[in-house]
Amino acid sequence: MPQDTSYTDQNFKLVGTRPRRPDGVDKVTGRAKFGADATAPGQLVGLILRSPHAHAKIRKIDTSKAEKLAGVKAVVTSADLPDLTDGDRAMLDILENCMARGRALYDGHAVAAVAAINAQTARKALKLIKVDYKVLPHVTDVDEAMKPGAPIVQDWVFTTGVEPKPNKPSNISQRNEFGHGDVEAGFAQADVIVEKSYKTEQTHQGYIEPHACLASVRPDGSGELWVTTQGHFTFRNICSSLLGMDVAKLKVTASEIGGGFGGKTHVWMEPVALALSRKANRPVKVVMSRDEVFRATGPTCSTSIDVKIGVKKNGTITAATAELRYQNGPFPAIWGMLGAMTSFACYDLKNVKSVGYDVLCNRPKVTAYRAPSAPMAAFAVESTMTLVAAEIGMDPVDFRIKNAAKEGTLASYGPTYGPIGIGPTLAAVKNHPHMKAKLGKNQGRGMACGFWFNFGGQTCTDLNIGIDGTVTLTVGTVDVGGSRASLSIIAAEELGIPYDQVQANIADTASLGFNDMTEGSRGTFSSGMATIFAARNAIEVLRERAAQMWDIPVKAVVWENGEARATGKEHGNLPVLSLKEIAAKAPRTGGPIAGHNEVVADNAGVSFASHICDVEVDPETGGTKVIRYTVIQDAGKAIHPDYVEGQFQGGAAQGIGWALNEEYIYGEDGRLQNAGFLDYRIPVCSDLPFIDTEILEIPNPNHPYGVRGVGETSIVPPLAAIGNAVSDAVGVRLNHVPMSPPRILKALDEARGS
Amino acid sequence: MPGLLVSTTVNGDAIEFVCPQDETLLDSLRDRVGLTGVKEGCGTGDCGACSITLDGRLVCSCLVLGAEANGREIETVEGLADGDKLHPLQDKFIEYAALQCGICTPGFLIAAKALLDRNPNPTVEEIRYGLAGNLCRCTGYDKIVRAVQAAAKQMRKK
Repeated sequence: MPQDTSYTDQNFKLVGTRPRRPDGVDKVTGRAKFGADATAPGQLVGLILRSPHAHAKIRKIDTSKAEKLAGVKAVVTSADLPDLTDGDRAMLDILENCMARGRALYDGHAVAAVAAINAQTARKALKLIKVDYKVLPHVTDVDEAMKPGAPIVQDWVFTTGVEPKPNKPSNISQRNEFGHGDVEAGFAQADVIVEKSYKTEQTHQGYIEPHACLASVRPDGSGELWVTTQGHFTFRNICSSLLGMDVAKLKVTASEIGGGFGGKTHVWMEPVALALSRKANRPVKVVMSRDEVFRATGPTCSTSIDVKIGVKKNGTITAATAELRYQNGPFPAIWGMLGAMTSFACYDLKNVKSVGYDVLCNRPKVTAYRAPSAPMAAFAVESTMTLVAAEIGMDPVDFRIKNAAKEGTLASYGPTYGPIGIGPTLAAVKNHPHMKAKLGKNQGRGMACGFWFNFGGQTCTDLNIGIDGTVTLTVGTVDVGGSRASLSIIAAEELGIPYDQVQANIADTASLGFNDMTEGSRGTFSSGMATIFAARNAIEVLRERAAQMWDIPVKAVVWENGEARATGKEHGNLPVLSLKEIAAKAPRTGGPIAGHNEVVADNAGVSFASHICDVEVDPETGGTKVIRYTVIQDAGKAIHPDYVEGQFQGGAAQGIGWALNEEYIYGEDGRLQNAGFLDYRIPVCSDLPFIDTEILEIPNPNHPYGVRGVGETSIVPPLAAIGNAVSDAVGVRLNHVPMSPPRILKALDEARGS
Repeated sequence: MPGLLVSTTVNGDAIEFVCPQDETLLDSLRDRVGLTGVKEGCGTGDCGACSITLDGRLVCSCLVLGAEANGREIETVEGLADGDKLHPLQDKFIEYAALQCGICTPGFLIAAKALLDRNPNPTVEEIRYGLAGNLCRCTGYDKIVRAVQAAAKQMRKK
């Protein structure tokens, strides 16, 4: 497939190189300060009491004994977090998730909190709080929650997106439909139709750093929050709104972040920490335990999905449908909708329909997890695609190539694609040596594709040139995995100076304008764009200053290779002025030299990946080991290839964990049974092979360098790639993720007829 | 319960602190000695982010009491560099982009050093099993293994 290379063929000097990251030394010496690493004079220890019940009415909370305990400085309940949301139900949901309001909606829901002089006292105080619960019926399974007669999680939720408008509350918060054409007519034309149902279990982002913050609210209504977050500006907006503070009077500083993957895009205990601090008039530090992280923060959805694909014998898909049921936790959200939007995004389909349902359960509030909702939909669709290919005797890669979306394709979720990478990633799969490698006994190979939208969003960036010509780049997108290196490369590239002459920093909310969170793979995309524009603005100033120093018109000055050069017969013999020389004269030529940019970075450029995976299944135990793995993904343009590869590898590893081991296990009592890393097993070093990567660069025409976000798509294909590989290895098709040893063994036993 | 006076050696320096009897060494190191390079990821010995060596033996400091450190020698990530010269593992972790968020890095460095101290020329499999007690959620371990290989090679040259 021919590709437009006009963007990627720019004569870059630094873009595409692999310099050392600016925060590297701090992170290998223990100096980097993460969420739990800050201290403040007089700080207290905050701890949170959590519901042991999946669903309960809270009749009464007696905090009197805890308050009397020596060393306790504040106890808060929902009474200390009054509803200031003015009818904004989504904000009230956020507040209610931070602290239960008369009812507990899941095991782990916060019901009260204390701040004390030390951890020992705070722990004692928690035990002295008496909560009178009336336990209510609960539901934790998505299919059960949709049945008539299921316990209702929210009595104010009526299904939207259905006609006629329901008159009874339901656990189905919304129905959304996407697609085009006539699927019934399409299925009527099919030679073969494959229909299959799938389930995926709930998983957690599993960031190694638990949520942590240090809150300090002053009696004058101002305050500060140090917090591990993917978006401190958004945290400021939400916290100030919930606490009734002025946005400008709450300064939020993002600590170094120890992983987020979407889980740190939401506030959890931060408003509670602020409320404790306000009540105690002391700084309060709250650090979650791992148990709290699992029970009360950010898992992704469990799902139940039906897929139907009709195909001609020549491999043309005539129609495709999916019904996707996504468990959202106790608050309405959009995850089923996103699943429906992503499900068929890889393909060029005449007749397609996907219907997403968002379903409430008594589980923790679901939040984003890396390409949220896409991996489950891809598991169902890409498993079915491989089944369909087998039915018509076609190679699964050729089958996908035949039906792949391309520039001009009307996407199943609405837009028409520009230049995209699904075709090139499939072509790369076809030609990859991995596809030709020999397999041994009990080994199998699978492949699958994945899609993610990517996001741009609001961005604000400062670039200041120091007296010595070094450059301070100030961005507001939290660096989750090396973006300070990428952004320094971009600033240096634009200015024409060495990488080491730039120092990138993440500003607090008092030092820069609003930035959206580091989510949607937007960090390097959007801050990179703003950095380019800020640098170009600075170059305009540098040209003006050079013109002034030479006393010639600005239009006679060009900027090349980090230097101002005078042009034309009249001035061409003037010696060039370097950035350093111009900077040194700045105090006498008009003062500080800076470039600034604020932008809504629209058109992030959709992202596609194709993965190849080899597994070996032990037929005696059902244990499955990934023995070779290859990620092929379109990056648009890789700024710092090491960290692009890192995103590919990390997403694949998370997908492998999800596919084979990770799941939330709930008991009949609605309590989470495996809230720790021993029983919720994420992949360790000895579980994985090296993860090979191939970066493709199909430029995004909406970015000056052609960049697309790269962070999320890599988690989308692994579930299906592994399912397809397991099927290839031992002949059983797993339709339930994770494909843990007991599930695989059960499938093998059934196939063996025992 | 009165606190206990603990006299210990941390990264070669004589250190004294007073801690409650039930306090973990992890909390003592972080909150009393000020070594916040030692991280808590789980508190149950499953993630390895709090890895230190105690008398040369690799342990999770969350599974040791502060009081147990009395009279013993502790090494943490803060003691890994030789003056202003980074340890080869530290240097190769940066060079090979073996960290993304960096929260697990101190534990990995200590565990990798313990591995290379007893096996200067490990195979890939020995590295993978040697580091299996440390969780990383960002990297998929690929670049970590390569950085440890590179550091081992450099250290063998000395």
